[in-house]
Amino acid sequence: MSTDLGFWVLQMLNALQLSMLLFLLSVGLTVIFGLMHFVNLAHGSLYAFGAYVAASLSGAFGYWGGFVLAPLAVAALGAVLYFTLIRSMRRAGPMAQVLVTFGLIFVAVDATRLIWGDLPMGSAVPKTFEGQLALLGVQYPIYRLFIIGLGLTVLAALTLVLSRTQIGAMIRAGVDNDQMAACLGINVERMFMSVFVLGCALAGLAGAVAAPVLSVTPDMGLQILIPTLIVIVIGGLGSLKGAVVGSLIFGFVQTFGAVLLPTLNSVLIYALLAAVLVIRPEGLLPAKG
Amino acid sequence: MLDLADLSSGYGETQVLHGLTLRAEPGRVLAILGRNGAGKSTTLKTIMGLLPAKGGSVSFDGKTISGMTPFDIAKLGIAYVPETRDIFRSLSVRENLDLAARRFACPDGGWTVARVIELFPRLGERLNNGGDQLSGGEAQMLAIARGLLMNPRLLILDEPTEGLAPIIVKLIHDKLADLKHQGLSMVLVEQNFGFATSLADDVVVVSRGQVVWQGSPAAIRANKEVQHRWLGV
Repeated sequence: MSTDLGFWVLQMLNALQLSMLLFLLSVGLTVIFGLMHFVNLAHGSLYAFGAYVAASLSGAFGYWGGFVLAPLAVAALGAVLYFTLIRSMRRAGPMAQVLVTFGLIFVAVDATRLIWGDLPMGSAVPKTFEGQLALLGVQYPIYRLFIIGLGLTVLAALTLVLSRTQIGAMIRAGVDNDQMAACLGINVERMFMSVFVLGCALAGLAGAVAAPVLSVTPDMGLQILIPTLIVIVIGGLGSLKGAVVGSLIFGFVQTFGAVLLPTLNSVLIYALLAAVLVIRPEGLLPAKG
Repeated sequence: MLDLADLSSGYGETQVLHGLTLRAEPGRVLAILGRNGAGKSTTLKTIMGLLPAKGGSVSFDGKTISGMTPFDIAKLGIAYVPETRDIFRSLSVRENLDLAARRFACPDGGWTVARVIELFPRLGERLNNGGDQLSGGEAQMLAIARGLLMNPRLLILDEPTEGLAPIIVKLIHDKLADLKHQGLSMVLVEQNFGFATSLADDVVVVSRGQVVWQGSPAAIRANKEVQHRWLGV
């Protein structure tokens, strides 16, 4: 089977689709970390919240209603979190931040149980992207191609903003040295808030696009958290390029591992993570030199 | 212009400044001298709001600024050139300059990117280089240029000659002397005694977080006892 071109194309697309989903999640988390030195372990829960909002709204407003509203709802939740917890904990140190955001995961899991119940929710693929497309000899679901395209679009937009605009330069300066950025008259507090909320919106978007391909369950946020953390540690904390490379590595190792080395698959990505931590503890493409 | 009154500050539990009082006058250069660990850099960081004042106060043009954020203090017109230069490594030289230039553009007669390049032509050749590709001297020129682009009323510099070759030290000296003659107020922390006393109008000597001597550059140059006792010259 592994000599068949179709097999490789199919797995490649599966890997890309997983990578793009992880990218949408990890990019927000890594930039928030790079800028604010804040570890938000509840980032996965925001993704789950996005999936729930999208799934429950798709009944009334259709898929696209959820697609637009879920990121906005998660961004609003992010803003509430920022002003109630995150801002006052910025200087509390990593241990307190990890404990509080870890606690938030449990709050989120139980809150989703209370609101939406224990049963998995599903949501339908939008009409536009129903069906399959013949591509290099394989039939591939159009919706999954859409996820790949969306990830690439977000990547292109973020790259453009970060590398070409004044706001991008401010964010890069903040990741390099937030104190010096403040000394140059950059309102770093406002920038932290904006980036945090945008990161939350991207997590919500990831949840919304994942809802039709995964089952929406209360623990989906917890399940995605470890892969997301692995992605940003492999890629390098705080770095956009790192999030891209980390997501691709994770997606490909996970997907091809599952079909080529099924017996080793569960340890493969952790072995890679361990290797990166030993050889390049700062990640493959760290934000700071 | 800048008044530090009975200022106490430090890092976490470690107190470095113990009731430091000094004043910088407008249109003049104040040099803060002292041995390593005397509290010179701590003084500047506390002025900028990078370290919290635990006691006493900092005021700028009569307005209390201790307790404000570095962002607010920068907006009031104080530019800071840190000892570590803190050039943004992921930004090009041009982006480093633009960051300050766009926020503090001053319509008539203010500093512009073109003017700072005139001051430091070397930066003009390096505009598209990354912030991580500069020599120590170039990084220092960029740090000063970035400070000037904020069109500050007060420029504070922490050890601008540290680690630089003598020829670059001379260049930085001459440029700062030009700025002084144009009437820019400066506070300068410096280990290089000759450099500092040649630029300064007023000198204070700091030891263990307090001002132990103050006077003119000529007076300290003539006073071997003060030099020996507080500076180890």
